[in-house]
Amino acid sequence: MAELVNLTINGQAIQAEKGTLLIEVARQNGIEIPAFCYYPGLTLQAACRMCLVEVEKTPKLQVGCTLPVADGMVVHTESDTVRQSRKGMIEFLLTNHPLDCPVCDKGGECELQDMTFRYGAGESRFTERKVHVDEQQWSPVVYFDAPRCILCYRCVRVCNEGIGVGALGVSNRGVISEIVPNRHDYLECDECGACIDICPVGALTSGSYRYQTRPWEMTHVGTICTHCGDGCRTTLGVRDDKIMRGNNRDSSGINGDFLCIKGRYAFDFVEHPERLQSPMLRNAAGEFEPISWSTAFATIAETFTAVKARRGKFGVVGSNHTTNEENYFLQKFARQGLGTKNIDHHRTGDLATFFDALSGKNAALATAGDLYTAKAVLVVGADLAQQHPLLSYQARANFRHHNAHIYAVTTGPVREDNQAIASVRVAAGGELAGVESLRDKLKAEGDLVIVFGDSIQGDGLRKLVAFGDSLGIPVKYVCLVDYSNSRGAFDMGLIPRDGGMSIEQMLAAKDLDVLWVVGANPLKNAALGSTNAFVIVQDLFMTETANHAHLVLPAASVYEKNGTVTNVCGEVQKLKQAVKVMGTKTDLEIMGSIAKEMNLNLGIWLPDKVFAEIRKTVHGYDVSLPVVDTGGAAPTMPLNGRVPALPGAIQSAGDTLFTSGSMSRYSKILNAVIESPGGLYGGKEPEVSAQSPTASGQMPGGTVQS
Amino acid sequence: MAKKLYNDPSPLETRILSARFGLENSESLTTYLAHDGFKAFRKAREMKPEQIIEEVKTSALRGRGGAGFPTGLKWSFVPRSSPKPKYIVINADESEPGTCKDRLLMEYDPHQMIEGILIAGLALDAHKGYLYIRGEYRYLIDHMDRAIAEAYAQGYLGKNILGTGFDFDLYTHSGAGAYECGEETALLDSLEGKRGIPRMKPPFPAVAGAWASPTLLNNVETFSAIPAIIRDGGAAFAALGTPKNGGTRLLCVSGHVNKPGVYEVPLGYPMLKFIEEIAGGIPGGKKLKAVIPGGSSCPILKADECDIPMDYDSLAKIGSMLGSGGMVVMDETTDMVKVALRIMRFYAHESCGWCIPCREGTTWLRKILQRFDEGGGRHEDVALLGELSKNMLGRTFCALGDAAAMPTISIVDKFADDFEKRLARDRQMVAV
Amino acid sequence: MMTFSPQLEQKFAKMLTSYPEGKKRSAVVPMLIYAQDEVGSITSELIDEVARRCEVTPLQVDEVVGYYSMLHRNPMGKYHVQVCTNISCLLVGGMELYEHACKKLGIGHKQVAADGQFSLEEVECMGACSWAPAVEINYDFHHHVTPEKLDQLIDGLRKAQ
Repeated sequence: MAELVNLTINGQAIQAEKGTLLIEVARQNGIEIPAFCYYPGLTLQAACRMCLVEVEKTPKLQVGCTLPVADGMVVHTESDTVRQSRKGMIEFLLTNHPLDCPVCDKGGECELQDMTFRYGAGESRFTERKVHVDEQQWSPVVYFDAPRCILCYRCVRVCNEGIGVGALGVSNRGVISEIVPNRHDYLECDECGACIDICPVGALTSGSYRYQTRPWEMTHVGTICTHCGDGCRTTLGVRDDKIMRGNNRDSSGINGDFLCIKGRYAFDFVEHPERLQSPMLRNAAGEFEPISWSTAFATIAETFTAVKARRGKFGVVGSNHTTNEENYFLQKFARQGLGTKNIDHHRTGDLATFFDALSGKNAALATAGDLYTAKAVLVVGADLAQQHPLLSYQARANFRHHNAHIYAVTTGPVREDNQAIASVRVAAGGELAGVESLRDKLKAEGDLVIVFGDSIQGDGLRKLVAFGDSLGIPVKYVCLVDYSNSRGAFDMGLIPRDGGMSIEQMLAAKDLDVLWVVGANPLKNAALGSTNAFVIVQDLFMTETANHAHLVLPAASVYEKNGTVTNVCGEVQKLKQAVKVMGTKTDLEIMGSIAKEMNLNLGIWLPDKVFAEIRKTVHGYDVSLPVVDTGGAAPTMPLNGRVPALPGAIQSAGDTLFTSGSMSRYSKILNAVIESPGGLYGGKEPEVSAQSPTASGQMPGGTVQS
Repeated sequence: MAKKLYNDPSPLETRILSARFGLENSESLTTYLAHDGFKAFRKAREMKPEQIIEEVKTSALRGRGGAGFPTGLKWSFVPRSSPKPKYIVINADESEPGTCKDRLLMEYDPHQMIEGILIAGLALDAHKGYLYIRGEYRYLIDHMDRAIAEAYAQGYLGKNILGTGFDFDLYTHSGAGAYECGEETALLDSLEGKRGIPRMKPPFPAVAGAWASPTLLNNVETFSAIPAIIRDGGAAFAALGTPKNGGTRLLCVSGHVNKPGVYEVPLGYPMLKFIEEIAGGIPGGKKLKAVIPGGSSCPILKADECDIPMDYDSLAKIGSMLGSGGMVVMDETTDMVKVALRIMRFYAHESCGWCIPCREGTTWLRKILQRFDEGGGRHEDVALLGELSKNMLGRTFCALGDAAAMPTISIVDKFADDFEKRLARDRQMVAV
Repeated sequence: MMTFSPQLEQKFAKMLTSYPEGKKRSAVVPMLIYAQDEVGSITSELIDEVARRCEVTPLQVDEVVGYYSMLHRNPMGKYHVQVCTNISCLLVGGMELYEHACKKLGIGHKQVAADGQFSLEEVECMGACSWAPAVEINYDFHHHVTPEKLDQLIDGLRKAQ
């Protein structure tokens, strides 16, 4: 327990931990000390001078954001001098600010507006000419309007410290100081938009959002990003059933201030003109023609019933993106409704071996929060900044705030190298030997989180866990899986256990009668062995698999549905429907309707009801409802018991920051910025990995895609 | 051949630091050695570090860069033992308008300063020094490089100096045009290859300075005073000046005087006597109007305030500063609007831009003064100039904001008439 | 990759060893100004080169370039005439001298004459206050400069070519 001190703020007696910053102590006690440059978690600047307060027995006003509280301190934050000082600062700030609030994106949610309203003067004494600089476009997502900038340096710091890229700097000096991008007149960065989000004014604006709407015209829907497995909360600003922007405006959830380009911008596939909006059946001429939903359900029910009756062979492929409820319902449908064990999904991490190896260990699953609090983090065989940007952000923040020791054992340079106390480069397959070389260092750590990619599977994974056990310190793990509900897909049972067929086996089987694909693209780079199989696909777009189908059903995306998903760390979070796309149905509703048409009793297909059943029946999912219902992340427990090995391949799709399976093909933003994936490694030369998009903007060839 | 000085010395000077100015080859180590050079170092190496610091404290030497902080006290802040190396940084970023003395100390007597640096090294157990010279003084960087090379060649720098076992390396480092880098923490950022933005204090440089190591920063003149202090004793140096204001200092007088120049006088020397007798009085028999006593950051003095001794405390008492020793004398014809404008143009140009009040305030003030000077003045501008300056004063990140505010406040306060006359003239011109 | 004259390369090699281990960034400012003298201005190629040598990002060098007033992104003349008009010079004719220089050279602040020989800059105090008005041409100081003396200086430099 830290030493407590007694101080007085505005006559209020306050006790606080010695050394805490005055601005924080005041805020914790309901007293606002205004500030622009102060931002929790980022380095201190003392630049905006808005937080000047009176401290008795000091001659000058003191800086609230850098002053540690001390015993006996008597502080006044609302004295005449303080108020006059703030008024003066606002007046200074507004001298060169363009006051184009009526058309500024930030109008209505601008900190400068709010501060002017609260602390500023009613009129300006500035009658001179303002400094003007033309607006600049730095990337498809980032625009900069220098005159609006108040130079709080939040953007510079969030990019450098938070994201670890350092793409923004300050050039010139004095009144013409301005924020500059790393390539002189354009940005080469993660394009995450953190700089835009953190900007207190409208200086940095977003390419997709600017001049589109007023903030108060939107409703704000907090949901979970549908791309990678990290499970960031994103708040979608919705106007007239259209998503206008994504951000995490209340800094809630496991990601706080963080979002990558996908979470912030790549919702635009939702309104892509190629979205499927009607069920389609292949006609006699082999062409798709639209049919009604009722015809579609009847056709499917008839086929399923007939094949089931003659004990035909089903193959069911689920999705990495659909909800837990949908995945649960799908496997229940397959196992109970169709009587088949042939169910699988594109597996991107060896969760089966992982859970088996952790059998009997309590508290071995690391949460996203653990990466921020652990004394040490070891990254094995993964480029976190590319594939799991939140986990990378968490480890980096842990390094900055707690001096955590970061270790990286990878085949190429990774952003973690910039923080790492030890980086080990290995040839593919040499990861475990690399980990072993760190044994002595790791043994000396207080506790450890090991994050590993798909190169660690099977025996290798068992060896890694055995290594962790042998260190004699508490060790937690994250088994990396690619997508927003990869973990949930496994947990809900979209796996070929008990002798079921894997995807590869289904595709190879010459006697498959039905292939039912829900939100996946198994035929992207593979052929279907059975020529007689009736193929049903539920998806957002015409994928390679959909092109092989007899019947295609237009599905709703995650942003169009309710339910829950489980992130890479096994944390359950709730989705909230933001928009509706005409003609589509959620996968749950589609499956429920088919079940009804087949007179199957699989229970009520409402997300809440299905989730209630999941909590009762799926191991580790009896999570706290209040946590999930209020937008929190509820950790699941690992399966405690033996998990038999599963057939089939396990391989990550190796997406980059700018790709995300087939959804990224239909995201204008991701395709717009895709030509500049460099600059990702801070001071080091950007490395273009084999998985990166080519310079022409083509998508990398992948394996089985979700 | 004796070097021609930039200005003739005055017989009224007390030449301690400038004792060798004008000697033949005064910049050479040979000349230096022939005239008391390195006697102090030889003495200091026999002293304990605490004794050296004590001697500096006794001398009542105060920093000659501008702030006037007691030098011995500053030295004592550097931790005795440190796991990190300690550094000495010499501030030769002389750029306070009105100031041109460090140039001479380096040009005419570089080894005096080097000896002072070495003595500081002995006192603090520091073994590396960086001489940060403003970029405009390129000839002096080359000059100091030659002096340093000469010292190395003769064993006065480098390993085992004069067989004492004491090592010291000294390097020059060029600035590139930034007044702000005269501020010691901004200088450190600049030395580290960054924009010259001042740092938050604490930590103070004595604890975490250059490259986060304990660092002593002093001005060229401060280091140049050290050899005399150690050689002749701190008490003798202190006795030259007034209490708490030890020794002599180089005053740079410019503006409306017959003999502008750099002159060394004891602290506490009467200002009017200095102007009249050393600087030769005001040309053309004109009357004194105002004096900036120690560089453009200092509040300006009216003629009737100038009958004072020039030491830190006496000037502080009347609300101004001795600063960096740059005395600017103005006669009765001087237009204070133009003076205020030129000063503010300087600060607006040199504001680093880090904090809001200095960045926006200096430019706003410049624009008002510019408009005023161009005939667009308004009556309310005069009060506004003062109010805006007060909104900066004491509220900026570093002292540059104060440096801009203080002279402006004093000019507007003390010479409001000049502004009113301009307004009257502008009105007349409109009437015509 | 850029290379400089052997003398400058030698200077830079020494410079990079004068700072503590791992602190090559410290050489950024001096390296830029010395390189500018040889290259003529701070080009983007030079920024990249200094970044490489000092082990920082080009952005970190770019930030520095914008900050220091002696670093120029555009080439100045062969003779860069810097006239001080700060307070000490102002009082004894510095402004008139600057205006005279403008007329004499036919250019204004930070402009380069058509022949590329001369450029002009109105500068802040450069430490010659007691010998004002002062002019610095490249790195050479000239004290007590009158318009006539400035004419002679400029004419002399013209002839020298």
